[in-house]
Amino acid sequence: MADNALLIALNAIPKLGSIKIQSLAEEFKCYDDFLKAKPEDLLEIPGIGKIICEKIIEYRKKVDPNREIERANQLGIKIVTLLDKEYPELLKQIYDPPPVLYTKGEIAFLHNKSIAIVGSRKASAYGKNVAMKFAKELASLTINIVSGMARGIDSFAHKGAIDAGGPTTAVFGCGIDIIYPPENISLMKEILKCGCVISSFPLGTPPQAVNFPARNRIISGLSLGTLVVEAAEKSGSLITADFSLEQGREVFAIPGSIFNPYSRGTHKLIKQGAKLVESIDDILDELYLESPKNSNTNTADSVNLQNLSETEKSILEVIDYQPIQIEQIINLSLRNSQEVNAVLTCLELKGCISALPGGYFVRN
Amino acid sequence: MLAQVKSCSIYGLESFLVDVEVDISSGLPAFDIVGLPDIAVRESKERVRAAIKNQEFNFPIKRITLNLAPADIRKEGPHFDLPIALGILAATEQMPSDTLNEYAVIGELSLDGRIRPVNGVLPMVIAVKESGLKGVIVPWENMEEAAVIDGVEAIGVNSLKDAVAYFKGEYKTNKIVDKDFLRCKTQDNDTAFDGDFSEVKGQENLKRCLEIAAAGHHNVLMIGPPGSGKTMIARRIPTILPSMTFEESLELTKIYSIAGLISNHSGLIKKRPFRFPHHTISAVGMVGGGRIPKPGEITLAHHGVLFLDEIPEFPRDILELLRQPLEDEKVTIARANATITYPAKFMMVGSMNPCQCGFFGDPFHECTCSLHQIQKYLSKISGPLMDRIDLQLEVAPVKFSDLEGPSTTDSMTIKKRVEDARLMQLERYKECNIYFNSQLTPALMNKHCKLDKSGKILMKEAFKSMKLSARAHSKILKVARTIADLDGKRLIKESHLAEALQYRNIDKYYQNLKI
Repeated sequence: MADNALLIALNAIPKLGSIKIQSLAEEFKCYDDFLKAKPEDLLEIPGIGKIICEKIIEYRKKVDPNREIERANQLGIKIVTLLDKEYPELLKQIYDPPPVLYTKGEIAFLHNKSIAIVGSRKASAYGKNVAMKFAKELASLTINIVSGMARGIDSFAHKGAIDAGGPTTAVFGCGIDIIYPPENISLMKEILKCGCVISSFPLGTPPQAVNFPARNRIISGLSLGTLVVEAAEKSGSLITADFSLEQGREVFAIPGSIFNPYSRGTHKLIKQGAKLVESIDDILDELYLESPKNSNTNTADSVNLQNLSETEKSILEVIDYQPIQIEQIINLSLRNSQEVNAVLTCLELKGCISALPGGYFVRN
Repeated sequence: MLAQVKSCSIYGLESFLVDVEVDISSGLPAFDIVGLPDIAVRESKERVRAAIKNQEFNFPIKRITLNLAPADIRKEGPHFDLPIALGILAATEQMPSDTLNEYAVIGELSLDGRIRPVNGVLPMVIAVKESGLKGVIVPWENMEEAAVIDGVEAIGVNSLKDAVAYFKGEYKTNKIVDKDFLRCKTQDNDTAFDGDFSEVKGQENLKRCLEIAAAGHHNVLMIGPPGSGKTMIARRIPTILPSMTFEESLELTKIYSIAGLISNHSGLIKKRPFRFPHHTISAVGMVGGGRIPKPGEITLAHHGVLFLDEIPEFPRDILELLRQPLEDEKVTIARANATITYPAKFMMVGSMNPCQCGFFGDPFHECTCSLHQIQKYLSKISGPLMDRIDLQLEVAPVKFSDLEGPSTTDSMTIKKRVEDARLMQLERYKECNIYFNSQLTPALMNKHCKLDKSGKILMKEAFKSMKLSARAHSKILKVARTIADLDGKRLIKESHLAEALQYRNIDKYYQNLKI
């Protein structure tokens, strides 16, 4: 089989997919052979047409794998190829594993059991809570939480894992030396403390839309299953779920309100046969993983309810699991606005309700 | 022959006396005005010439030199017409000049000799009073405005002939005015408002928030989709503000008098102003200025409400101009030829949508804005400006059932509560040189916004779990202070603080946008 330099060089040539890179790598064994290859030799390889052949010849002069390795070393980036032992086993099993992974942080976690948590970039408060809760609980079982470090659900999934101090992996849709979205720079630093970030793209690749489906297949490929928390009807998270099925992995979906537009996607998945998930036990059962014995998290809530005063109880009765606007709370509770406001603050602090933008409140 | 007539001129909001000196000598016929006259003053010679002729006096065919002293300050406006005309008549001995220097004279002439109303009469009459003169001749239509000031005899005249007759002692028909009414001693003026809080159906939370704002003179930002009644309720805020004191009325009337916005026959302004500038306003329109300096919207909103609808649509540099006046309650306009300070103590009320499409945060609709768009929309209001807005409230669209509901508390009842709360503040801050809770400085807050033990615990918990920013802390304390005042309590209780904690909505926004 080929050497690392060859894989790195091939990976840097645009328009070459994982499959073609593999056939090329099998043909040439080492980088020098590849450099010397004539166009006729290239054309003989299955899948290589005239246009791609010209591309290869054009780019193989420009691409210098040794310089790429040197630059990666300077930036503290470790390059892992299909030939290395560190290459994650699960990812190797998919149809088109990326030949090269640029990594930062502790990559031993990639051999842990992994679950991907993905979802919409515009998350509701509910989605945010769910992503944090699941990530935290799973990560505390040393399950690696894989996500894309995008805005919204992805970021909350990483945060949840970080809260548990557990492993988490962010997969980039751009070069690993580029931080996208830029506001997540501090999140990335946190991730590096307890996990790793990886990317299959050569250094300096900008975050283009075409990269993201390729990134999504790595997210699902690294994981035993993909949990979709919130997704609109047409969402990148659904692409990840599709990849997951193609790769023979599980798809889990969190149900939501039928009024919430961001639950349409997850409901669609459930209709198609994804497993409806209410707690991490549902995930662990499906994957034949052991669940912790005392995972009953509902006890805390019931204790809280007993601590409430009569007024607090009567206002809490009005607030449902469906968001409700403060004006309606005032109307339904038949109390004046000053009292309602004061009680809402107390309920919020006691963790019984959450305040949402728009003056809405929802029961936790 | 020489004659001297006293008149006034305006500088900023203040007025000063001007001596109009007329010298008539032999020589080639000429009419010169010196002493930094502006165009309107220079043109007055044509009006004066025609008016004197048309009122059956003689205009002297001689060399006329006119000086406006002090000669180093620019003078503007057409109100010098009447003193100039009287000066010429006195210098040519067509009228007696013995009592002329006991009066100040203000008025614009029309070509036929009638006298037209002018702007800025009130500050001029104040200046006349301060200089110790006996009286002031004003245009008939400005009579009510002039009569507000005690201790100065105001004589309203209709024509040049009337004015001359007065100095001859032949003028008997001075306008009769009701001084008590003009000086707003009669309390019938509350009905003058064109709206009432009871007309706003539903929106109980918003009404409560505005009551707090009025009581503590806090600035407010209302965030909500179009059609939620933000503008309707904002228009009614002046109805729940305390009645204006005589001093406040006087100051406001001065401003409106100079801006030429005063309605005749009403004397002092009794309604608190509600200014509603469109977002295409220019910087000069907002803070004042111009070649001939005029007060801007923030000064016209003095002692009242400045309502900025759709705040993010205002150009950012215009909004930033408000920062300093919000702090200092005045604005100083420095130009090449003048530096003028206008008062600007106003309550700022802003309204905005939660995002461009209006659905951000609505759990039942999908917002079509990208996060970047929302951030850009919100960032139009800078942090320092947001710091000066103590109360931020999210408003929901009104439900149909609310529209049919019973009418609620009316403005008078709320106003009473607001006035009581203001009294408590005046009493508490009488040695602190401030008037309202919104003006509290960190040092004063330590003294006057003490929390009891349970309050402190609540604040600590809230900080931890609600992830409040440091700047939210002082806002919440100020608002809690006002809520306690509305409740008539000297100490801030836990419930007051708990309520105040609900009015920090913009923080929630930023938190939601962070990731």
